[in-house]
Amino acid sequence: MNTDKRTPLLLLSSLLALLAVGPLLPEWQFLATLALGKGLVVLGLLLLLRTGLVSFGQGLYYCLGGYAAGVMGHYWGVTDATLLLLAAALVSGVAAAVLGLLLARYRAIFFAMLSLALSMILYGLLAKSQTLGSTDGFNLAPPTLLGFPLAGYEGRYALYSLACVLAFLAALGLHYYFRTPLGRLATAIRDNEIRVEYLGASVRGAVHVKYTIAGVLAGLGGALTGMTVGHIDPEMAYWTTSGEFVFIAILSGTGSVAAPFLGSFIYELVRTFAYEYSPNTWQLALGAVMLLIIVFLPAGLWSLFRRRQGGAA
Amino acid sequence: MDMQLAVLVDGIIYASWLFLIAVGLTLIYGVMNILNIAHGALYALGAYAAASFGGFWFSQGYPPLGSYGALVLAAIVVGLVMGPLIERGLLRFMYGRDEIILLLVTYALFLILEDVIKLIWGVSPYIISQPYGLLGIVELGGLIYPVYSFVLIGVTILVGVLLAWALQGTRHGKLLRVVIHDRELSQTLGIDVRRYYLATFTLGTMLAALGGALTAPTVSVVPAMGVEVIVLAFAVVVVGGLGSLPGAALGALIVGLLRSAAVHYVPALELFAIYFVMAMVLIIRPRGLFAGEQARTI
Repeated sequence: MNTDKRTPLLLLSSLLALLAVGPLLPEWQFLATLALGKGLVVLGLLLLLRTGLVSFGQGLYYCLGGYAAGVMGHYWGVTDATLLLLAAALVSGVAAAVLGLLLARYRAIFFAMLSLALSMILYGLLAKSQTLGSTDGFNLAPPTLLGFPLAGYEGRYALYSLACVLAFLAALGLHYYFRTPLGRLATAIRDNEIRVEYLGASVRGAVHVKYTIAGVLAGLGGALTGMTVGHIDPEMAYWTTSGEFVFIAILSGTGSVAAPFLGSFIYELVRTFAYEYSPNTWQLALGAVMLLIIVFLPAGLWSLFRRRQGGAA
Repeated sequence: MDMQLAVLVDGIIYASWLFLIAVGLTLIYGVMNILNIAHGALYALGAYAAASFGGFWFSQGYPPLGSYGALVLAAIVVGLVMGPLIERGLLRFMYGRDEIILLLVTYALFLILEDVIKLIWGVSPYIISQPYGLLGIVELGGLIYPVYSFVLIGVTILVGVLLAWALQGTRHGKLLRVVIHDRELSQTLGIDVRRYYLATFTLGTMLAALGGALTAPTVSVVPAMGVEVIVLAFAVVVVGGLGSLPGAALGALIVGLLRSAAVHYVPALELFAIYFVMAMVLIIRPRGLFAGEQARTI
């Protein structure tokens, strides 16, 4: 019960802190916005992980979201960031709702494999489509917000703030979702699917809803990343991108809706330094950390935090 | 007419390559229930080892035909070193955990091995193309093919037949099938399961490395080569049925012919075709075209 009230407070204070710190560290805003975008995708993965499912294909929706935003600006001249995000959420949501009909029947490695195959299909299509720039992708039209361009000092801060608010809303929404009966089914399905069916709930329906939510979150993350970087390419749907999300999700753990954002901040930070100082051993460190977490810290980095809190209480 | 022949020949050449890269994956899954993402990195490791062994062979001025032996030796060495290292050093602590956890473990291993390769061989490409051209070319229906491609087909058939014989015809193969069917029961019968797991993983690693070693002469050996191969191998084993040997052969043929048809008729759909058929098979028959009921037979 205690954490019930604590989490929204924690989220709100994180939001205010991020908004306040932003203008002081303008050079970090780019990195933070990217981390928030990835955090959104990982938040969706957290929802799936709590249900006992690992998707090796969230890149599909990440890419769809990015391309939805890109196509809107590039071909139809829509540049408003909120509209772009809306379009991304809509496109990836519809795609996830349709594909969810299929995926809701699968578990364990078959779920992982089918989601991987689906995202590779999108990669295969985009990589060969001349009009969308094939493997090079294309640049996004510069996004705007309420008519103001999201460039320059203020513009960048506005985009960063938008990302913060979006992440806050998503995390808060998911926090409350986990308190609804449908949301609570997640862990129940992970622990014993048959029992859930006997209790009268539809496992397939619940998985379908969760998969769709995860798809929407990944789409939002993709659009946000596209707007921040200013470029999108089919690599967003490649399996290594999805693998990266799985890595961050395992790193963060499923303990809290705030964990994915903490995880992706750490990941982006480490990646930035690692790229600079040891580009050839960075994956090695990632793999080693992942093994250590799987063996010694199966609940992710968040559990360190939790345990200390528990000890203090 | 020529077009159809080209599709067929290219398809079979590609299929034999696919079988070679996928058979180790299906073997390991069939016996140990591990979907080994690190397979791609082991493939790359095989290719690098072959480039080094082959390069050494040629630099010493040994007879060029012997370089094929150097390629195979590279694969055997990689298998004998990496197989036991990974199985004894890491995987054995993970047995009994969820398949999905093991998937994540091998993904971590994949990341590690990719960088180990970069640390040993650096990031610049290696070329070991002499064995590719050594056997000359052959003309088939107006099209020119390197003889090496047909050697590859021969090697693939040999590997497939040897594996089938080992599993069906030898004492160890029969015992291995007991282990596959019921691990606990075979332990009570006095079968040393650990040894069979070790042997299987080593053999699977060797096959991955062999795939890489025999591919090395046809491409330039670069760090990212395992990334693409692992998803192709997934597609093949999924189409045929995870853990099934004839399934891997069938999957390789289907994917190989399909890709070759796509390349010749609609190049834009080349990649799409492979993953589309993988998704369709997963949707219609999740356990693959060749899989029976729940009981696995490799």
